[in-house]
Amino acid sequence: MKKTNIQHRVKDHILEGSKAIALTINNINLDVVSAYPITPQTHIVEDLAQFKADGKAEYEYIRAESEFAAASIILGACATGARVYSATSSQGLLLMVEVLYNISGMRLPIVMTCANRAVSAPINIWNDHSDAMAVRDSGWMQFFAENHQEAVYQHLLAYKVAEKMSLPALVNVDGFILTHSYEPVSIPSKSLIKKYLPDYKPETGTYLDPNNPVTMGGFFSSDSYFKTRENIVTDFNLSLQEIKKEYRKLKKVFNFKDDSNGLVEYSGPKKPKVILVTMGSLAGTIKETIKDYQEVGLLKITTFRPFPSEEIIKAAGMCENISIIEKAVSPGSGGPLYSEIRAAISQTGKRNIKNYIVGLGGKDISQKMIQKIIKDSRNKGKQITFIG
Amino acid sequence: MNTKNKNKFLSPGHNACSGCGQLSAVHAVMRGLTPDTIIANATGCLEVTTTAYPQTSWGLPWIHSLFENASSVASGIRAALDKQGNHTTKVLVQAGDGGTYDIGLGLISGMWERGENILYICYDTESYSNTGIQASGSTPYGAATTTTPNGEKSVGSTQVKKDMLAIALAHGLKYVAQTAAGFPDDITNKVKKALAVSGPAYIQILSPCIPGWKINYDEAAMMGKLAVKTGLYPILEYTNGKLSASSINANFKAEPVNTYLKGQGRFKHLTEEDIKHIQSLAEENIKKYRI
Ligand SMILES: Cc1ncc(C[n+]2csc(CCOP(=O)(O)OP(=O)(O)O)c2C)c(N)n1
Repeated sequence: MKKTNIQHRVKDHILEGSKAIALTINNINLDVVSAYPITPQTHIVEDLAQFKADGKAEYEYIRAESEFAAASIILGACATGARVYSATSSQGLLLMVEVLYNISGMRLPIVMTCANRAVSAPINIWNDHSDAMAVRDSGWMQFFAENHQEAVYQHLLAYKVAEKMSLPALVNVDGFILTHSYEPVSIPSKSLIKKYLPDYKPETGTYLDPNNPVTMGGFFSSDSYFKTRENIVTDFNLSLQEIKKEYRKLKKVFNFKDDSNGLVEYSGPKKPKVILVTMGSLAGTIKETIKDYQEVGLLKITTFRPFPSEEIIKAAGMCENISIIEKAVSPGSGGPLYSEIRAAISQTGKRNIKNYIVGLGGKDISQKMIQKIIKDSRNKGKQITFIG
Repeated sequence: MNTKNKNKFLSPGHNACSGCGQLSAVHAVMRGLTPDTIIANATGCLEVTTTAYPQTSWGLPWIHSLFENASSVASGIRAALDKQGNHTTKVLVQAGDGGTYDIGLGLISGMWERGENILYICYDTESYSNTGIQASGSTPYGAATTTTPNGEKSVGSTQVKKDMLAIALAHGLKYVAQTAAGFPDDITNKVKKALAVSGPAYIQILSPCIPGWKINYDEAAMMGKLAVKTGLYPILEYTNGKLSASSINANFKAEPVNTYLKGQGRFKHLTEEDIKHIQSLAEENIKKYRI
């Protein structure tokens, strides 16, 4: 079986995931950071505050009194031509929702990290993807990282594509599983990052500047609002190619190889009987499990928004049994990823597409469970199953 | 949209009501500014009536994000400017009383706490004008609004107007002031003074609302003046936490609240007893703010 992990030159450090992200963010030429603490995101913004306190950071660090304020602060800063950053989780992300829609509608290229965590009630601090799914339609690109190294690179990719397309981006990293664990990881240097991601210089007349006054966020009639929304959708579609292109460049500049094209990553046999589909760190567990199965492949979705339908059809459309294993559920429907994959693949003929809801509220997902799912994948029965 | 060739900070041609007290106050505020200013505006009448895309009335860089977050957006603007090494460009927030007293209060507190160099102006129409005159934390006792209507069993609003100035002062603001439409020079003057202070400043301007107060289109300035003369809405100025100027001074001779109240449809249901109560509120002010 082909090795699918990112193959790196040498991993420079063994770092906590949060530290790896914070160090990377500090190596980007950043202007303003604003954030509010929430587990499991907190280490990232604590690290960023510490860098600042130690004189090792150039950005302005604005302590916000809520996530709603933090999102609004970076909105204001970005609208004034600054490159900005924040990070949050769960309740914090949900508190930001109104601002998130506003940011994308204003076409501000803001990047945030979401350390994914379950949403209350009942209150629970552990990992699942409910928070990311709650902002699915907010007009933010969404990336999901499998491991520390991928998280590091996805942040660079996110800024690059965000600034090119004037769309905001959320980089999802599984809470605790990635934010609090230690892995070998290499942190790209400032100079190499600059080669890939030049300093942010928005066009004159697109941001708040007394020398070139503009009105931003005015009142739109139905006609102009409709057109604006349509434009966002068009640009989201265009961003699919942009992500692929920029991911290729990323690999070149940072000198690594993997099986991902920035949108999806397939690992497994050429003609699998079963394809498992997932996002985030669970891909690691699945990769380990399917080593013992000749006929089972894994399709990892690394970009959830824009949704890479074509890539998914290409990779999984011809497979008879497709099982989507996800850490979120839309009550009254099924897993959000499942619904979208089913919609994409239904164009290619009759397929046995199944949905396994796992890991809600951080419930452990074992290799045994994955084995059980693989076994059940070819059964034509129940479509949506909770495994926990 | 680029507005560089606009020669005025706020051009005529907006679609506010004829005689709008808020817009006249805004004009007076604009006269206190220089072109080196960025404005963050909350949702409300001012935003809606001046920015009907693709047109705009604004000749200064201007942004509207949401109803409750103009203060935080301003913090972000300030941070971006500071990062550029630009400490001279002024940042101004404009919001109504709904955005200030109610939904935006927590975020304003955060901004003040951080001590940022931002001037916050509240145009106090004593209700949510934009959405059809609902009550806010600023709505005075006895005022009928669409969510505090008067009726057989209701006098209208029974709440006491929240003391925003005290809240601002509690944050240690070096400049806090209150004034009213009808005193344009005073407004301009206070804006200039506030901008000369380094750190956060707060100015609250009573802005009579033609449909909200149910007054005639030519009465906004007069109502602003009457509010001051009755003592219900004195002109006040606090520098470094101390009351440094007040319209309730040696020259002050209070007019009875009756004329003020009787001139407005929102108060027309009040009984003699209600009016007496409001008179006592004015007298409390007169005691409290006399210098
Ligand atoms: C979160 C949110 N809630 C409610 C509204 C609806 N809304 C828009 S403007 C407004 C009232 C504005 O009142 P105020 O701040 O007093 O300004 P005015 O219109 O009186 O100038 C309301 C309730 C909104 N835009 N956003």
